[in-house]
Amino acid sequence: MAKRYSLGIDVGSTTVKTVITDDRNSIIYSKYQRHFSKVRETVAEQLAIINNSYPDDDFTVCITGSAGLGLAESAGIPFVQEVHAAFLSVKEKVPDADAVIELGGEDAKIIFLTGGVEQRMNGSCAGGTGAFIDQMATLLGITADRLDELSLRAQKVYPIASRCGVFAKSDIQPLLNQGALREDIAASIFQAVVDQTVSGLAQGRTIEGKVLFLGGPLHFLKGLKNAFVKTLGLDSEHAVFPDDGIVFVAYGCALYAKQTAEPCRISEIIQKIKNAESAGNIITGEPLFADKAEYDNFIGRHRQFDLGYADIRTYKGNAYLGIDAGSTTTKLVLITEDGRILYHHYSSNMGQPLDKISAQVKIIRDSMNPDIIIKGSAVTGYGEDLIKSGLSVDHGIVETVAHFKAAAYFCPDVDFIIDIGGQDIKCFRIKNQSIDSIMLNEACSSGCGSFIQTFAMALGYDIAEFSQLGLFAKNPVELGSRCTVFMNSSVKQAQKDGATVEDISAGLSMSIIKNAIYKVIRANSPDELGKNIVVQGGTFLNDAVLRAFEKELGRNVIRPAISGLMGAFGCALYAKENAEKNPSAESTLISGKELESFTYTSKSAKCGGCTANCQLNIISFGKGRNFISGNRCEKGSGKAKNNNLPNLYEYKYNSIIAMEKLGQPARPTAKVGLPLALSFYEQIPFWHTFFTELGFETVFSDESSREMYYLGQHTIPSDTVCYPAKLTHGHIENLLDKGVDFIFYPCMSYNLDEGNSDNHFNCPVVAYYPELLTANNLRLTGENFRHPYMDLNNRKNVIRVMRETLRHYNINGKIPSAVDKAYEAYYRHQSDISRKASEIIAEARADGKNIIVLAGRPYHIDREINHGIHKLITSLGFAVITEDSVAGLAETPNLGVLNQWTYHSRLYRAAKYVTTQPDMQLIQLVSFGCGIDAVTSDEVRSILENGGKLYTQLKIDEINNLGAARIRLRSLAAALK
Amino acid sequence: MSEYKKFTEDMIKTHTILVPNMLPIHFRLLIAIFESKGYHMELLENDSRTVVDEGLKNVHNDSCYPALLVIGQFMDALKNGKYNPDKTALLITQTGGGCRASNYIYLLRKAVERNFPQIPVVSLNFSGLEKDSAFKITASMFLKLLYAVLYGDLLMTCYNKCRAYEVNKGDSRAVLGLWEKKLGDIFRSGSSKYTHTKKLYREILSSFGSVKLSSQKKIRVGIVGEIYVKYSPLANNHLEDFLISEGCEPVVPSLLEFVMYCAAGTFNDAEIYDNKNINSRIYKLGYELIYSKQKELIKIMKDDGRFEPLHDFEHLRSLADKYINQGVVMGEGWLIPAEMAALVQSGVKNIICAQPFGCLPNHIVAKGMSRAIKTANPDANIVAIDYDPGATRVNQENRIKLMLANARI
Repeated sequence: MAKRYSLGIDVGSTTVKTVITDDRNSIIYSKYQRHFSKVRETVAEQLAIINNSYPDDDFTVCITGSAGLGLAESAGIPFVQEVHAAFLSVKEKVPDADAVIELGGEDAKIIFLTGGVEQRMNGSCAGGTGAFIDQMATLLGITADRLDELSLRAQKVYPIASRCGVFAKSDIQPLLNQGALREDIAASIFQAVVDQTVSGLAQGRTIEGKVLFLGGPLHFLKGLKNAFVKTLGLDSEHAVFPDDGIVFVAYGCALYAKQTAEPCRISEIIQKIKNAESAGNIITGEPLFADKAEYDNFIGRHRQFDLGYADIRTYKGNAYLGIDAGSTTTKLVLITEDGRILYHHYSSNMGQPLDKISAQVKIIRDSMNPDIIIKGSAVTGYGEDLIKSGLSVDHGIVETVAHFKAAAYFCPDVDFIIDIGGQDIKCFRIKNQSIDSIMLNEACSSGCGSFIQTFAMALGYDIAEFSQLGLFAKNPVELGSRCTVFMNSSVKQAQKDGATVEDISAGLSMSIIKNAIYKVIRANSPDELGKNIVVQGGTFLNDAVLRAFEKELGRNVIRPAISGLMGAFGCALYAKENAEKNPSAESTLISGKELESFTYTSKSAKCGGCTANCQLNIISFGKGRNFISGNRCEKGSGKAKNNNLPNLYEYKYNSIIAMEKLGQPARPTAKVGLPLALSFYEQIPFWHTFFTELGFETVFSDESSREMYYLGQHTIPSDTVCYPAKLTHGHIENLLDKGVDFIFYPCMSYNLDEGNSDNHFNCPVVAYYPELLTANNLRLTGENFRHPYMDLNNRKNVIRVMRETLRHYNINGKIPSAVDKAYEAYYRHQSDISRKASEIIAEARADGKNIIVLAGRPYHIDREINHGIHKLITSLGFAVITEDSVAGLAETPNLGVLNQWTYHSRLYRAAKYVTTQPDMQLIQLVSFGCGIDAVTSDEVRSILENGGKLYTQLKIDEINNLGAARIRLRSLAAALK
Repeated sequence: MSEYKKFTEDMIKTHTILVPNMLPIHFRLLIAIFESKGYHMELLENDSRTVVDEGLKNVHNDSCYPALLVIGQFMDALKNGKYNPDKTALLITQTGGGCRASNYIYLLRKAVERNFPQIPVVSLNFSGLEKDSAFKITASMFLKLLYAVLYGDLLMTCYNKCRAYEVNKGDSRAVLGLWEKKLGDIFRSGSSKYTHTKKLYREILSSFGSVKLSSQKKIRVGIVGEIYVKYSPLANNHLEDFLISEGCEPVVPSLLEFVMYCAAGTFNDAEIYDNKNINSRIYKLGYELIYSKQKELIKIMKDDGRFEPLHDFEHLRSLADKYINQGVVMGEGWLIPAEMAALVQSGVKNIICAQPFGCLPNHIVAKGMSRAIKTANPDANIVAIDYDPGATRVNQENRIKLMLANARI
């Protein structure tokens, strides 16, 4: 007799899981399989197996999972949302669980079961998930299992940005290149996934009690399990990793099927899936090539940009070595006196650039004709410092300079260079034979070469084969251009709708190009790029990407045959130029003999040079030669260089911090807490004075740090808000812990009117953040947190509001004079900052130093927010002042936007002022997620460019990695020379 | 402020003014009013992928999605050659206020100047901005616009309810079409029949009341959020249609609430910041006028009993006070938590908060307030959905499905 079973099919972003249950809800069959994006085929395959075993039995069937949605719809099979399926499953199997955490391929989910059922999924920023772990493993050139093994031997954990996979990558890359232990990096990756889940998903709800962990990554990866258990402080009783955790969702799906679906034979389901029509609403673009002839023509045109070659075994004479220690790849070029190539190398650095490059130098040393003399060498790229000290390379140069040198070799009057590498996009405009402006990709605009590669691998292709497929695709898919996570889901959707691998390959090439042109370069029309465009970087070796670029621009460009080696080639040219200037000098490059015994060890330490306590990474090469990285300034590196250039960021910060100790009353009326966050960085003088005058003791929150951020992380409701706002949560917790009577934090729609603008608002986040804090921090009450609304422009209003706020203290009469004193203190502080700025300017001018106006907001003086960028700038030989210190020195220029925010209005005036000062430059600091800076940055750029100045923007977030900032700043320094 | 191309008196006759599509029902009525004054207007309907592409090309990509779409829709329309650029102007709303949305018009002008320098961009605002434009709103027009919003809200409310339950597919659409034409004709003709509100309201209610509805029980889903994304099908991937296909009844708060929220902001601020003056008193009077009109409509809807009346605005204000100060006036400000609370109170426990990715005010008033709303109303089921050029429909729909699964527990 036919039996009745239930079948749950869980189609995730990377795997298909099937579970069969009997009438007692026991699992009698289960299977887990990767689908390599061939969703329908894999499901059909699994169903065929089941059909063979149960040809005559009835099944109730249901589909679940992110990639199953479309399949279920088109095949007419019932669907259950996957989090809900997990919920049903947990209810059945572990009814006493309090919370469930499930990590899938591209989704992360959490279910709270007790104290109000709640099911949540990650929002549009998808940080640590299974796909992210896979990507990181690829980056290290290992499997996810190996990553796991490594993590178990870790000694320390580095802070890695957890919100966004792209950010995390940019945190990891420099660690790799600085020689950090892979064991430690592996553990840090897992910790980032945990942090993302605990903060991003739980958003304030505490994960406690009995916690169930589900999904592939949490099933297979021990290191990840450990990190979760440790972070949540669970014991073995409360952390449950069920043996069948990977098919839990499929099981829930089977349960759902049992309740709701109509029974039928498996063969019928197979038929339904076969008959399912694809929705077919994909948007497609034009093919890359109309026909073969067009393609041949294209290939022929690009073939002309090649170099000559010479034999390393027979050539005699001088040679020059260029090394590009890129973020994921290693490139070397050895050239002759007349620019011919003797040796070249391009490979992935497997996360170990030093090993790779030393091996390559050894190959060169061993195989070259004894009559070749390497007269000079230069290195560039992320690993520049490490390689330079490890292998005693003669010169280290910034990437932009290296690329410009190489490009100019092929096209002397080049206007624009665009380099798309594995991890980054670098673009620069050339004016008057020097680098005029630099554009680098940021998070949210990060689709680069490695993305195609990861994708090719996920689809089971090798990168060359995959991109070749796209060349003659008939209907390239439109995939959007925001971030790689979104692109992943666009691809998923396209596949669901029946796009072919060819169309997807071409679509990916096009979206990388669109991302570069419209998001990184931010061009409005192709003409802005100029006439002579040189493209380079490994990604442009991909003909589909190159063609997509030419098509989008409507113009032919130059791609040298050594496109992937341009950085190294530029270095070699640089070494040659320098050697020619000084023909008698010997190269310092490590000798063949030294290479024989070349080894190094790596360890970590903390710098005690200042309060920043930078985490150092020390690599010893023996004989007392060390390379130290991780420090923001030069202090910890042992280099004797003094970094005493005047720095208004330091001065301003210190003067704010120092106020806490001033004039505290002996017998205070009460203790009032002021958070060192957002607008307080400017209003501390006001409120400190006000409360001190009234006999209150003011308590500031402690200085910001990553730990401070973690302290308040659980109360952050919106993970896309800016980092300065997120830090505020930690400051509130900190003040509560300090035992103040109440925290004072006013709401202000308006800031002070400084004239010269259309209005004087605060941004919405600065204006109303206290409202968000009270709504999300359960420790705050009307008693211990006071956030009245007021307008500082109206003295009477401030007096009235403060009387109401402090009515219990019976000090009504004293308030007006305290308010007046507060205004005085505020303006005194402002003028002190301006006075100090003129001192710094005078001092710098006396020393012949250039001055940088580091233009941001008052809270950018926070060291945890600026990550020490001001110190990096002074270490490059500039004096640093703030935007507010010079904003008063210029009138607002003609603007194309509404000038209605006080802080932002200062940027325009500061920029205007800079254009009148020959020895000043402006660098705009932008916090990631600041929507208002999307308006200001274009405007500041045009003020500066119209005034003949360079525009440099540094985007900062929680990531503590100044790699991109360093490139920009060094390029700026190079351009000013 | 830089010089820009002005809209001059003679252009009223010669130019077609293009209007971005946010709320199709309301905007058609508003256009009819302008047409009665001699303007030529056209509501844009283009919503293909090229709209987004043009937006990406012409707007800073970190700008909010509504700016990107509105500008993209204009640029796409202009570039497809349907309109003579020498005889075309563009209309865009400008609210003023601390949200970056006040800058849309400037971003649009930048984009237009690069491609079509001859095309003027007209500001539609009630804050006295850009007074030198020939595009003017007189007091009598203002009143008419207010009535159009009221009629639009009534049509939208009835239509949303009917089409979720209609037995014969298309019935509700037909009734809507009938009334769109009827009201459009009244406004276009310049007649004063639009003031016969009581009669017209009742007729509309009875027209929609005659649509045959099923008695099937459906999940009711409220939609709140950033105003453009909340209403515009182009921005929210046809959210209302999706909800209907999922067997839900979409409940969309009225446009009048937003209008009144803006009006209340002026005298609220005057009270909070102690700068009451003659203007704030006038605004207060204006507010009271609008409120009386809202009450009239609510009363008629209540008496009729077949459709859920609009949220009484004073009631919304008192609900807001439980969660947030009415001083929060950037973007949709305190209105969003108030609407969420009102929806939950009226039995619509499931709420989608639709917002542009990275929307600044919504960090505070939407995502920031969900927790407080849920604490006070444990059965509230709120999901925030981000919209943006890169976000895929699959991901958005999957999250909405999760919310619906929660609703069914």
